Amino acid sequence: MTAQSRETLVARDDAGSAEPRPARRAPGAARGLTAALTALRAGPVVILVLLVVLLSVLSDVFLTLENVGNVLKQSAVICVLALGQLPVIVTRGIDLSVGSNLSLSAVVGALVWRDQGSATLAVLAALATGTAVGLVNGLLYVKGRLPHPFIPTLAMLTAASGLALFLSDSGTIQGAPPIVDEIGAGRIAAIPGGGEVGWFPTAALVVVAVALVLTLLTRGLVWGRWIYAVGGNPEAAVRNGIPVPAVLISVYVLCGLLAGVAALLMMGKADAGSPMAGSLAELDAIAAVIIGGASFLGGRGRVLNALTGALVIAVLRNGLNLLGIDPNWQYMATGAVIVVAVELDVLRGHLERRFRSLQAVSRP
Amino acid sequence: MNDLGARPVLEVREAGKRFGAVVALDGVSFAVEPGEVFALLGDNGAGKSTLIQAISGVHRLDSGTILLDGVDITAAGAMAVRAQGVETVYQDLALFDNLDPAANFFAGRELSGPAWLPRGLRLMRHRRMAERTRDLLDRLQVRLPDLDAVVALMSGGQRQAVAVARAVAFSSKLVILDEPTAALGLREAARVLDLIRRLKDDGVAVILISHSMDQVMAVADRALVLRRGRAVGETVPSAENHEQLVSWIVGAVGGRAV
Repeated sequence: MTAQSRETLVARDDAGSAEPRPARRAPGAARGLTAALTALRAGPVVILVLLVVLLSVLSDVFLTLENVGNVLKQSAVICVLALGQLPVIVTRGIDLSVGSNLSLSAVVGALVWRDQGSATLAVLAALATGTAVGLVNGLLYVKGRLPHPFIPTLAMLTAASGLALFLSDSGTIQGAPPIVDEIGAGRIAAIPGGGEVGWFPTAALVVVAVALVLTLLTRGLVWGRWIYAVGGNPEAAVRNGIPVPAVLISVYVLCGLLAGVAALLMMGKADAGSPMAGSLAELDAIAAVIIGGASFLGGRGRVLNALTGALVIAVLRNGLNLLGIDPNWQYMATGAVIVVAVELDVLRGHLERRFRSLQAVSRP
Repeated sequence: MNDLGARPVLEVREAGKRFGAVVALDGVSFAVEPGEVFALLGDNGAGKSTLIQAISGVHRLDSGTILLDGVDITAAGAMAVRAQGVETVYQDLALFDNLDPAANFFAGRELSGPAWLPRGLRLMRHRRMAERTRDLLDRLQVRLPDLDAVVALMSGGQRQAVAVARAVAFSSKLVILDEPTAALGLREAARVLDLIRRLKDDGVAVILISHSMDQVMAVADRALVLRRGRAVGETVPSAENHEQLVSWIVGAVGGRAV
């Protein structure tokens, strides 16, 4: 802000106090900024809608029920991982290990199924493995006083991946419980439009269920409020008596549990547990949360943001495939979308500061 | 007020604190009564910050005692002092920019239930928190353009008001305000001063640290001047003794520097 405009602000300030204006009249500039901020908040959804519109014009196949089903099925794993990543990023953290965690959980689940033959045990083993990995991440970060969650989860990325390769003898463990296959690869025939087999993937129902539960947790529970408080101002959270260490550990545990859920989806999709099943999936998960509009600076981001981001990535991939474009372009396109999304976040911060200084000169 | 009305809310006796060779506080004594606005004046390094940090439990005094409603809190830690009803609003305000005013008020003490669950797993009582917030802001006559907006979208004065209101929200006996108007324009500063007057009407005692002599004269009932860790003068601030106060602050006696 220039010295001159600062002066004008002060001048207007004085004029305002001498001659009170009606209380409800917000200046036009503030109204414009409010509109811009609302538009920015809707940005990721707008990107998704534009992509869908563009692709349905370019490709006849894109909007068919079968393809929509495919997109939903392919995006399910990213969606669940992104939903796990969301609370972590809200608390200013990051979990780089979810891909390796997925691989490890899938291998453990498949091994238990092969050796014990119990579907219940196999499912529980996969979920418990994911949760345990998350717990170790959280404990290393908080109790081990590592400077940034990047470090413990990076260590876990390689460690869990190594363990998965070791346990599986570097090979895919074939077979998965029928219930897992149904969840990961099945389609719901009861939803009409897909003939006898159906088009709507069961995996999408899992995503919806996880999203609903996470919405309840973050909006309804005190814990949900705490993760946003910790992300917004960690020091103030401590001063206000919020148990910050426990909150931080809990988000990594939850993230690990959801990596276990994603592992089940992956096992079902492949009818196997592969030690490479989750390679690089952590990048998709993090990208999804950021593209969806959560702030990497912490404190901002809702369930809908994570889902939107995951769908943007999945739709982009599917669309470029349908158009027969070299798969390598998909990665470059995803990179471009990440930059656009974060630029939108930066712009939002800038507009908020503008709005704040306008508030100081307008009457409440 | 009953027969306890004369009893001070806060009493500091012979407070002393050193940091190595530096004497930060040297035998400072004063008392603050309920509903009184008590100004702490002094140049940088005079000991104001050390004094309020000792009261709020951040630092511990080397010598002397601090009594809150007659109870010795000299050795109490920061959380314990807050639990006793002393709230400090530091210059950084410690607000959650990403949350709305209600969430800021109740951060760490959310209204929730059922009580048999661990705190983090209880369900939030959103509506009751919103109602309590509205009542409180009405009582303090703090007007915010949008109660659902996040604090990041509020002006400096509105943010200060939210921070002060949060401090008094939980039956506070004493509120310590550290330079509450330092970052504000004229009109916003005036609003914060109005708010301080209303706290006083509510029976809350206020310790006000300010560099602005005009503001101190406008709201303070009494002013204590610190210089190099000692209490050098105490008076009722008014236009007549303005010069006296300034000379205490800068260490001049009778127009001569000492």
